[in-house]
Amino acid sequence: MAELYRTVVMGASAGGMSALATILARLPKDFPASVVIVQHVKEEGTDGYRAVFLGKRCPLPVKEAIDKEPLKRGIVYLAPAGYHLLVEETGTLSLSVDPPVNFSRPSIDVLFESAATVFGERLIGVILTGANSDGSHGIRKIKEYGGYTMVQAPSEAEVPAMPLAAMESADIDAVLTLAEIGGFLTGIGDHPIPEAPAMPHQTTTI
Amino acid sequence: MHRQEDEKTKRLETELLLEGIFRRYGYDFRHYARASLARRLDLQLRRHKLAHISALIPVLLHDQAAFDLFLQDMSITVTDMFRNPHFFQELREKVIPKLKTWPYVKIWCAGCATGEEVYSLAILLQEENFYDRCQIYATDYNNRSLAIAKDGIYGLDKIKNYTANYNKTGAKGSFADYYHAKYDGAKMNEGLKRNIVFSHHNLATDSVFGEMNLILCRNVLIYFDQDLQNRVLDLYAASLCAGGFLCLGAKESLQFSSVVDTFDPVSRKNNIYRKNYARAEGGHG
Ligand SMILES: C[S@@+](CC[C@H](N)C(=O)[O-])C[C@H]1O[C@@H](n2cnc3c(N)ncnc32)[C@H](O)[C@@H]1O
Repeated sequence: MAELYRTVVMGASAGGMSALATILARLPKDFPASVVIVQHVKEEGTDGYRAVFLGKRCPLPVKEAIDKEPLKRGIVYLAPAGYHLLVEETGTLSLSVDPPVNFSRPSIDVLFESAATVFGERLIGVILTGANSDGSHGIRKIKEYGGYTMVQAPSEAEVPAMPLAAMESADIDAVLTLAEIGGFLTGIGDHPIPEAPAMPHQTTTI
Repeated sequence: MHRQEDEKTKRLETELLLEGIFRRYGYDFRHYARASLARRLDLQLRRHKLAHISALIPVLLHDQAAFDLFLQDMSITVTDMFRNPHFFQELREKVIPKLKTWPYVKIWCAGCATGEEVYSLAILLQEENFYDRCQIYATDYNNRSLAIAKDGIYGLDKIKNYTANYNKTGAKGSFADYYHAKYDGAKMNEGLKRNIVFSHHNLATDSVFGEMNLILCRNVLIYFDQDLQNRVLDLYAASLCAGGFLCLGAKESLQFSSVVDTFDPVSRKNNIYRKNYARAEGGHG
């Protein structure tokens, strides 16, 4: 049987909460993959609020990741403020307080790079609105390891710098609006990983 | 496909390097969480301008200075006074009153880094009029950090933040009472050290050194993989007396560990646990 996508990693910064909410709201209750998110936050201790905010808008449970927690399908994990979030070979999540990367902890690059090596082509990486370039290395690594890469259309993004940096860094598979990203993800349970991923939705070209 | 092969080779090189370091220096990183470890090894590669992890083997095995730097990179020493103030408040309100039922209490602060956490604890115990019945063992495997911990001198630039943290712990005094400014540093009062013993201890290789009533091990287990976490938690379970307390870091939990049934949660929010009596009786004699 053909392999299915197992995991979706998403990175967001400025303007990210509402972008994430828009996408997560579209995911079906029986979503067949896990979703792991790094959203930049300044303050520690804001995690509980963010998980509740997104959880109210998403049919799937949304929780803040705990160290060595096994990744489960149909659950949305958020990186806690002040910690990097990484994926281990064993399929568990781990946290670290190693120094910030791209001035950020959690850093999108740290999550994406670790997930790329573990999941290879069973991974989908998504870069959303943001005012910096975190994630641009990570999304390239996902692409190099055979994963599928998406960015939010810069024209739609509240702050386009992060999607633009990702597009600069890697040959992104799809540049889509939030609604389209949600739609794409909704469909991943129905088909195995395509040979050369075909676009279910129209690609916005910039 | 060859990416997967690359990863396999990298894994092999990493294992060889860690085995070499263990046998050469006795420092055991073989069960550190691999994803972060991989990033730290990448940093070493950039530092030494090398392409492959196997090329680090001769460097780290022959060049003591390079190994010392590596050791520094491996011990992420970030810490604060009263880090997560709410934890210290709960320690004050939920744990210390129970500790007071024992005539004399031994406390192990494992992975104490540069000492901020230990002094925070000493201040708390003093304010609760309990410090003279306590002995604190503060351990870390990083000797450089331990030396700083023993000195107890911290940057004045941090005092504002420490004071704010302290004030959120249900404080009974003023943080300024516990240090005096000296040159460009704040030196913790000598009196705070009177019941603290600082010593070298490696959680990956050393064993228990006595029966404890309270163990603090915060933000250390996240460095370890599941096997080593379980080894260390077994060590803590064996070391704690029945009814003894175990405190983990803000994002650490026993939930996914092998000792989950040996402990009862005291505070889910701050990951404070208590070793249950039933288990203790039938368990480690
Ligand atoms: C992030 S600090 C935590 C400091 C303090 N407990 C706190 O929460 O603020 C982690 C500490 O764990 C220590 N550590 C890492 N591996 C260790 C080991 N195998 N044995 C003992 N200490 C270790 C490091 O040297 C570092 O000082």
